Amino acid sequence: MSATSSSPSDIRPGRTTDPALRGPVARPGSRLLHRMVWLRLSLLLSAPLAWMLLVYVVALAALLITSLWSVDSLTSEIDRTWTFDNFRTLLDNEVYRTVTFRTLGVALAVTVIDVAIALPIAFYMAKIASPRVRRMLVVAVLTPLWASYLVKVFSWRVVLSEGGLADWTGLGSPGYGLTAVIITQAYIWLPYVILPIFASLERVPDSLLEAAGDLGAPSGMVMRSIVFPLLVPGIVAGAIFSFSLTMGDYITVNIVGGANQMLGNLVYINAGAANNLPLAAAIAMIPIVVMLVLLTAIRRTGALDNL
Amino acid sequence: MTLSPLSRRVLAGLTFGVLALIYVPLLVVVANSVNPSQSMTWPPDGVTLEWWRRAADSAGAREALVTSLQVAAVATALSLVLGTLLALALQRYSFFGKNAVNLLVILPIALPGVVTGIALNNGFKGILGVDLALWTIVVAHATFCIVTVFNNVQARLRRMGTSLEEASADLGAGVLTTFRLVTLPQLRSALLAGGMLAFALSFDEIIVTTFTAGQGATTLPIWILNNMFRPNQAPVVNVVAVVLIIFSIIPVWLAQRLSSDVEGVR
Repeated sequence: MSATSSSPSDIRPGRTTDPALRGPVARPGSRLLHRMVWLRLSLLLSAPLAWMLLVYVVALAALLITSLWSVDSLTSEIDRTWTFDNFRTLLDNEVYRTVTFRTLGVALAVTVIDVAIALPIAFYMAKIASPRVRRMLVVAVLTPLWASYLVKVFSWRVVLSEGGLADWTGLGSPGYGLTAVIITQAYIWLPYVILPIFASLERVPDSLLEAAGDLGAPSGMVMRSIVFPLLVPGIVAGAIFSFSLTMGDYITVNIVGGANQMLGNLVYINAGAANNLPLAAAIAMIPIVVMLVLLTAIRRTGALDNL
Repeated sequence: MTLSPLSRRVLAGLTFGVLALIYVPLLVVVANSVNPSQSMTWPPDGVTLEWWRRAADSAGAREALVTSLQVAAVATALSLVLGTLLALALQRYSFFGKNAVNLLVILPIALPGVVTGIALNNGFKGILGVDLALWTIVVAHATFCIVTVFNNVQARLRRMGTSLEEASADLGAGVLTTFRLVTLPQLRSALLAGGMLAFALSFDEIIVTTFTAGQGATTLPIWILNNMFRPNQAPVVNVVAVVLIIFSIIPVWLAQRLSSDVEGVR
């Protein structure tokens, strides 16, 4: 060690290994960057952070403030005096309550259906299929994710149309309505539910299941008391995806929902045609509050810790 | 685990059955693109290329496609730069508020689409007082595309470790030289995967887009939505849908080729 470090080549400037003593190799700006960690960090952070803060955080804060303003019914200008009128409207008016419950109901139904379908599929993929089949199945689940969202909704509009495939099979089409919305949304978000459940199942060691079997647990019991508890984080993740995605969607209901409306439609109409941005902002607070309540409740159970 | 052969078979049947069903609606769309019936009754009673001819002549669809490609390209470029910077900052340094920044990146995609849409709509129209246009779509798309680039680059940086970068610095390379010659080449496939996802996400987005698109700013999803309900345009929309299905095979194929390099999809 001492022999090499005393070799003449190491004494020459520019060859020393201590960055602070480095000679002419690095330019002054680069030396400054190297020494000042905070400078490097702030150069890295400033652009993306400014973007996120200016575009998104400000927009969210402004949304909250706007929901406390109102629109002058004569001039249709925004009146910037604080008022809870928008929220009072939401509480008093029957329409908003109905649409809120309808939206939550659809989101819940989609989530339950997707989890029920995803559980056995994810289990088969992770624990029964051979590695080669597993890779194939993962591709089969991932591929529809790349297909356009609108194409998928459109394809259900075609399948469920009068004289379409659903009628032809003899199953009969439910027609355009809430059932069609639930089918379509469950179809679109299914891969988002399968993947996290599959990922958490893959982490369950096979030996654990074999040990339980060797100790005499029937497979139903292994499922209930070993597999399921380990799956909860994956199920929660998938359920949050499908619930949030369904709640924030209003295009599907336009395309296959007949005359039904979801919360998103009311937001869109008020932001555009009805020209009442403050009311639109107030309606948008409903999904925000629902998601916050949901996430806090789930956090309490500890399911988010190992996401 | 000791599952009876019967339950294994039931599970296999269910899995393959559902996965096959996932493709049925898409295949119906493909078949309907040559269905002579304008209302797309099933089964088709013949084959026609009329709709494909009409789609090829549709100036509206072509213009919308170009608009979508432009929006997606700019939004992807922006999110590549911003997402990489952010991933470097969060993976290589620790600082106060790191978790908050992490949450902030995920937020635009974690909150329901209408929330992000109306927040940006209100921000542009109500607060900034600007008219919605094409660039407002780009800003909105870049905002929620950052997370895909960020996720891919961060995962790669974590796996890479810092030893090569340290070696480069010890050999006298400056910070920027190290980034250009050591860090960036290792990030290449992660950037490709993240960029591809960002592009696909932007190209396909409709909910936030409807809230941030100005008059005349028609992306392909908006064009599809506007024309889907017109009986004489629906078959043309169907052909566009088939083209999009064919397009969507490209990233899957690319991801397969890069498979050892690509870190999952999201």
